[in-house]
Amino acid sequence: MSSQPALICEGVRKAFGKLEVLRGIDLELAEHEVVCLIGASGSGKSTLLRCIDLLEPIDAGRIVVAGRDITGRGVNTNQVRRDIGIVFQGFNLFPHMSVMGNVTLAPRKVMGLSRSQAEAEAMELLNRFGLADKRDEYPDRLSGGQQHRVAIVRALATHPQLMLLDEVTSALDPELVAEVLNVIRELAEGGMTMLIATHEMGFARDIARRVCFLDEGVLLEQGPPEQICSSPREERTQQFLERIIAAGRM
Amino acid sequence: MSAEVEGHRGSRILGGTDARYAAIATLSTLVVLGGLTALVVTSPGWPSVKEKFFNRQEFQYWFSDVAHAFVANVQVFLIAEVLILIWALTIAVIRGLPGPVFFPLRVLAVIYTDVFRGIPTILVVYLLGFGVPALQLSGVPSSERFWGTVALVLVYSAYVAEVYRAGIDSVHPSQEAAARSLGLSRWQSLRHVIIPQAVRRVIPPLLNDFIGLQKDTALLSVIGVVEVFRQAELGQAADFNYTPLVIAAVLFIAITIPQARFTDWLIERDRRRQLAGGGTG
Repeated sequence: MSSQPALICEGVRKAFGKLEVLRGIDLELAEHEVVCLIGASGSGKSTLLRCIDLLEPIDAGRIVVAGRDITGRGVNTNQVRRDIGIVFQGFNLFPHMSVMGNVTLAPRKVMGLSRSQAEAEAMELLNRFGLADKRDEYPDRLSGGQQHRVAIVRALATHPQLMLLDEVTSALDPELVAEVLNVIRELAEGGMTMLIATHEMGFARDIARRVCFLDEGVLLEQGPPEQICSSPREERTQQFLERIIAAGRM
Repeated sequence: MSAEVEGHRGSRILGGTDARYAAIATLSTLVVLGGLTALVVTSPGWPSVKEKFFNRQEFQYWFSDVAHAFVANVQVFLIAEVLILIWALTIAVIRGLPGPVFFPLRVLAVIYTDVFRGIPTILVVYLLGFGVPALQLSGVPSSERFWGTVALVLVYSAYVAEVYRAGIDSVHPSQEAAARSLGLSRWQSLRHVIIPQAVRRVIPPLLNDFIGLQKDTALLSVIGVVEVFRQAELGQAADFNYTPLVIAAVLFIAITIPQARFTDWLIERDRRRQLAGGGTG
């Protein structure tokens, strides 16, 4: 059971009209593995994450999560989404709900927990991420880093087996990035399987066992972060890394 | 109006000109109102108009009757408003259903809003108020007031459905993605995430439509419902004096103006909140 991969993508293709965004992605994540997806804007990182969370239907290929083909027929998509946590680039918190409301919505409405049960569980998570005193605040009163942590807690509240994080640092001021990365590091140390789209090469090097370079919808190159950073095989990867270094994101 | 508000805000920013602004505004208002009053009062027909429209004795004599009849209007619009809120939301949600399966329902919703926004309200009131009771169906209410209320609900729901739809469309798709990603069904996302945000945003235009509805309750008079306009007309016919109609107008104004100001206040509050929201984070 434990040797079974947490996630398998096989020949995943996705097009928006004539624009082919994913052109046959093969990717495998072992349980407790943390993998970073890197690549320029428009390379298909976000789309791949959205496809894995079944927010976009795929055109071809197969996605298997914990041994279950989630792209086959007769799959309960709501159940699948519940078992996969996603943190969006802009966090997408619900502005009309307090932090507690955001976190307990799915446990109450999807998992059928009572309000008191859901709030008790939520308090545990909020405590763990240093948000206990923010439980009654509304998202627009929180800093970017706090919003990010609420988004993580909200995703964790349904006990997902796999977390997808989409460019979580790009909406933040530089001084908040470290705070956010610490939180993700803690999640990784807790054994969470994670697929992270990021621009932060330093972070990718620090946290991921493996880095995958996505270029125009193709998984061009993957390997340990040190190898990808220091001696990439593909010319496109080199060019991307040079641009990243020039932008001071390394 | 808006230029005036702009000007006022401008003077606040410059500072120290508030008193001068108020003085000029007062003076200008006095000149305009005074001029208009003088024009009306000095017109050759004013004494007879005053006698026929603004007659103190008539006012005192008819006020309680007309005000009493106005209760019917209030009852009709209160019931209609509750029904409109529910029915219009149903139409708006149907119109937003995705996928080919719901195509026929979407078409029906579009036809509904097109038809009921297209027919003059007075015709719908007339046709339903006289037409349905004439069918003499057993178990179907034959009261004109019932069918008049139904007519108002049908017409105003078409407008309010469009208001709701605008609100639903204004909620960013990323909100639905976030809800669905947590395992909420499409309906649960709508119910807990999209609609609460949409409704908050459309409260001002919704109140605006309700003010229109409240005035249109007077249309029920055409099918014989005894309400404020009908009662005022009876009074007018009895004494050959239009003052009862002025009473009806005063009553309508008395309830709609506070709502209009409340709506403005809500809009202003939202605007301020948005400005404040932009500053944080």
